[in-house]
Amino acid sequence: MDRFVFLTVDGLSRGAVYAAFALALVLIWRGTRIINFAQGVMAVVTAYLAYSISNATGSYWVGFIVALASGLVLGAVVELAVMRRVEHAPPLNAVIVALGLVLFGQGVLGMIYGNQYRPAEAPFSRVAMTVAGVPVVSRYDLFVFGAVLVLMLAVAALFTRTATGLRMRAAAFEPMVSRLLGVNVARTLTLGWALAGLVGALAGLLVLPTGLGLHPTAMDLVFVSAFTAAVVGGLDSPAGAVVGGLVVGLVLSYVGGYVDSAATPLAVLGLLVAVLLVRPGGLFSGTTARRV
Amino acid sequence: MRNLGIAAVSAALLLALTYLLDPFRDYQLATAAAYLCAAAGLTVLIGVNGQLSLGHGALMAFGAYPVALVQNELADRGVSAQWTLAVSVLAGVAAATALGAVVGVAAARLHGPYLAGLTLVVAVAVPSLATLFGGVLHGDQGLSVYLLPPPAALGPDFPFERWQAWLALAAAVLTMLLLANLMRSRFGRTLRAVRDDEVAARLAGIPVARTRVLAFVVSAACAGLSGAMFAILAQSVSPSAFALTLSLNLLLAVVVGGLGSLAGAVWGSLLLVLLPWLVDTFTADLTLSPDLRQRLAGNLPLAIFGLLLVVVMIAAPGGVQGLLKGVLKHVPQVLAPAVRGRRRSAGGLDDRLQR
Amino acid sequence: MVAAGLLVASMTACSGDSGGGSSGGSVPGVTDTEIVVGTHQPLTGPAAAGYSKISAATKAYFDYVNANGGVFGRKITYKVMDDGYNPANTQQVVRQLVLQDKVFAILNGLGTPTHTGVLDFLNTNKVPDLFVASGSRTWNQPDKYPNTFGFQPDYTIEGKIIANYVKANFAGKKVCVFGQHDDFGADGLKGVQTVLGEDAIASSQTYDVTNTNVAPAIGAFKAAGCQVTISFTVPAFTALAMGTAAQIGFHTQWVVSNVGSDYPTLAGLLKSAGTPLLEGMLSPGYLPSVFDTANPWIALFSRLNQEYNGNAALDGNVIYGFAVGYLFVQALKAAGKDLTRQGIVDAVEKGGFTGPGVSQFRFSPDDHSGYGGMQMAQVKGGKQLAFGPLYTTDDGTGPVTESTPLQEAPPTNGIPA
Repeated sequence: MDRFVFLTVDGLSRGAVYAAFALALVLIWRGTRIINFAQGVMAVVTAYLAYSISNATGSYWVGFIVALASGLVLGAVVELAVMRRVEHAPPLNAVIVALGLVLFGQGVLGMIYGNQYRPAEAPFSRVAMTVAGVPVVSRYDLFVFGAVLVLMLAVAALFTRTATGLRMRAAAFEPMVSRLLGVNVARTLTLGWALAGLVGALAGLLVLPTGLGLHPTAMDLVFVSAFTAAVVGGLDSPAGAVVGGLVVGLVLSYVGGYVDSAATPLAVLGLLVAVLLVRPGGLFSGTTARRV
Repeated sequence: MRNLGIAAVSAALLLALTYLLDPFRDYQLATAAAYLCAAAGLTVLIGVNGQLSLGHGALMAFGAYPVALVQNELADRGVSAQWTLAVSVLAGVAAATALGAVVGVAAARLHGPYLAGLTLVVAVAVPSLATLFGGVLHGDQGLSVYLLPPPAALGPDFPFERWQAWLALAAAVLTMLLLANLMRSRFGRTLRAVRDDEVAARLAGIPVARTRVLAFVVSAACAGLSGAMFAILAQSVSPSAFALTLSLNLLLAVVVGGLGSLAGAVWGSLLLVLLPWLVDTFTADLTLSPDLRQRLAGNLPLAIFGLLLVVVMIAAPGGVQGLLKGVLKHVPQVLAPAVRGRRRSAGGLDDRLQR
Repeated sequence: MVAAGLLVASMTACSGDSGGGSSGGSVPGVTDTEIVVGTHQPLTGPAAAGYSKISAATKAYFDYVNANGGVFGRKITYKVMDDGYNPANTQQVVRQLVLQDKVFAILNGLGTPTHTGVLDFLNTNKVPDLFVASGSRTWNQPDKYPNTFGFQPDYTIEGKIIANYVKANFAGKKVCVFGQHDDFGADGLKGVQTVLGEDAIASSQTYDVTNTNVAPAIGAFKAAGCQVTISFTVPAFTALAMGTAAQIGFHTQWVVSNVGSDYPTLAGLLKSAGTPLLEGMLSPGYLPSVFDTANPWIALFSRLNQEYNGNAALDGNVIYGFAVGYLFVQALKAAGKDLTRQGIVDAVEKGGFTGPGVSQFRFSPDDHSGYGGMQMAQVKGGKQLAFGPLYTTDDGTGPVTESTPLQEAPPTNGIPA
């Protein structure tokens, strides 16, 4: 029972991070119909920035704020400088360019910081608090849940309740018509990427204390899980992204705990294949396109 | 027939080359040849058939591990002859082809980023099989590959690296020959038709799903051969040799070399081998602190690779081969007929972008 | 296609001309003024924590020797290549060292999974493969790999010594084993089983360096109620295991292999929150502890560390690096002025080396393993100090014997005679 509780909470905690990452992927997909394969490396860059600032100022939270702000900036920069040039090209180009950014980013980070793993300290204790003798959840886990929840609500509110969100959805759905109606499509795309950068930065900061630490390739596996989460939930649905993230987190935790730690990547693959074959639009998908 | 002639001439030239180079250069040449097998298959898949696969590293792993297992098993049983290598390599190619069929079928209905994502997860998941079946496959530590010395007929001082180069170059020439013929055949045209307009292709009676699966299978066989060659070169197999980085490097090679072009695959493979070595040699002459030198070592080539991918994709989608064709266009009339001939056979992303 | 082929040919021919660095004379890597040796080390990657400092220390020792005239007038050049603890990279860099840089020998190649893959290549090319930085028994096969020599005690020996101590001091307690999923963990487990018996181990778990989620394994230990947990882990994973244990409220007596138990390294990984976790940790060792400031070897290496190693933070890895450098210079001197590859192999087989170790080296024509004995150490009040007798044993079922730890004094100038 102990173990089940631990695995469940651990799975939900990791799942919350995957959910945040998947949310970033959904943000960009809805805005530009591109899957941002560089989401992971963007998060690592902001995490390194947070690390440097935290070390310089001695405060985790200053680094935290800086990371979020730089996530916004980085997302916008990536879109303006690079992705804009492939937005109208076949989707293959965008994927390849994003992968190029991944290699470039990892190389530059390695040159600046070196390839040592830098252990990341958590801002809250990771020791689980016990309820009736059973270790349940740690303060850090609660922080992760809280942050992701706030994030999800904010994004949902943005899309459904604000004029900006409406513009973003319009620009994604019908760029031509939106332009005619006075929407600055280009600017809303940049805004979408900026937000995704912010979300990714947060997710990166949340997941780093749980592994070996900060490293240029630290987000590679997280991206794979987040991609699966986004597909499971449905690339068009923010709520789906969150549910998908939690599902993936739980599956990984249970498979790792009850079967074999090495079987977890295969479990992710199995989950992805199952969803793609049975319900390609994801769990939360609406209508499916008609096939000729 | 023309391709056969070219293959024969190339083979002869390369053979002579292996005698001119010292063992370490032979080893680099062999590595480039091994990459070429996979890159050629991948460039056909992506450039000619329009399917983006990020999982070819996993297919290479499926080509490499059987070589290790069969070689070691036969060695344990005391079978000691050069033909065992052919058996092992065939086993590797067969295994990779089988995996390619499975992934190809799963991916046949997927497009663009979904296909890329699926193959990405395959690339990450397959290496963990070595740990899951740790009893046989020895997990992260990997397996050594038992190899016989070069045949006695070649002489007692024949460098092992030259023998490895011969094997890898033979595989590369064979792959290029087969793929060149394939591209010119009806199947090649079918591949392009499916890439350019699926609906039209279907209306024209082409079985789209089956074509895509077949394309995947063919490129998987090439990747399997490449993996088998790597097992022979490194004399060992381990999951980390076939990690995600390998799949991304292959993508880099075909994109920078020129998507859809076999010559482009050659440029890309050479780039993969020569660039890290060039960076090493260049930085060796600079006076740097050991700390900085160490940080540049793996990372500078990586950053350059990434930059190349981005720049090529945005500014020169035809890659090196595309640039070369562009240059040759401005060469005097004498060479014009040869250029026209070559333009007919290659198909690159630039053609698609002009739509 | 033809043009492509010709271009390929010309390009590779060009690179062929620039050729690899060749050294004058018939012995690779040896000239009248220089000896070039190479190594592969995990300067980056999951195993780099701590280990990246070893080669820097060895190089610092060589700098000191070079500043004092070198060995028979030859300066030692140490080429350190990073393989990231990835066996595939080890293949590449070792081939580069041997075929392109034409090194005289490979010294202190680090890692069980990484070095196992290059044994055949080094053997075929008759390259001296000295003092491998790993305790696998694979290095001790004189008939199969005549040029390969180990340095530290085998993991089987270490497992037996640990198990012997646990048997004597924690009788009746539940014992569990956590090991790396390769020969390192497997050999250690075997050693423990030889002394305690297979049934005595309540739970045995493994980890892979590529998978940082050790929670399932630690959870299993907690469920089994382990009171003593023996751990064959590299430093990063020792830290991970201890940290995870704290998170789930799993308290146990940790006994950690020498490979992953260096106190300063672990303290750096666990940071301020984690240092209390290290109190009471037991671990075996074969070199003097950094905290043993009265030891003359520590004093010597501290001084050299300040002058030649940029005053790096002194820890077990730095001491290890200096010890390896000291041993190699001894071997070079024993091989004589007329230095050949076979000559240095013969010199090592002749044995008789001294050094900071608490036990003797076992080098002989029939035995290519290094140290054969270890002392236990424990962390108390933030200091990791050795105590008790020297334990010595063999790879098989022989008993664990106790004796007095060696205390040889270093030469006054710190360079072997």
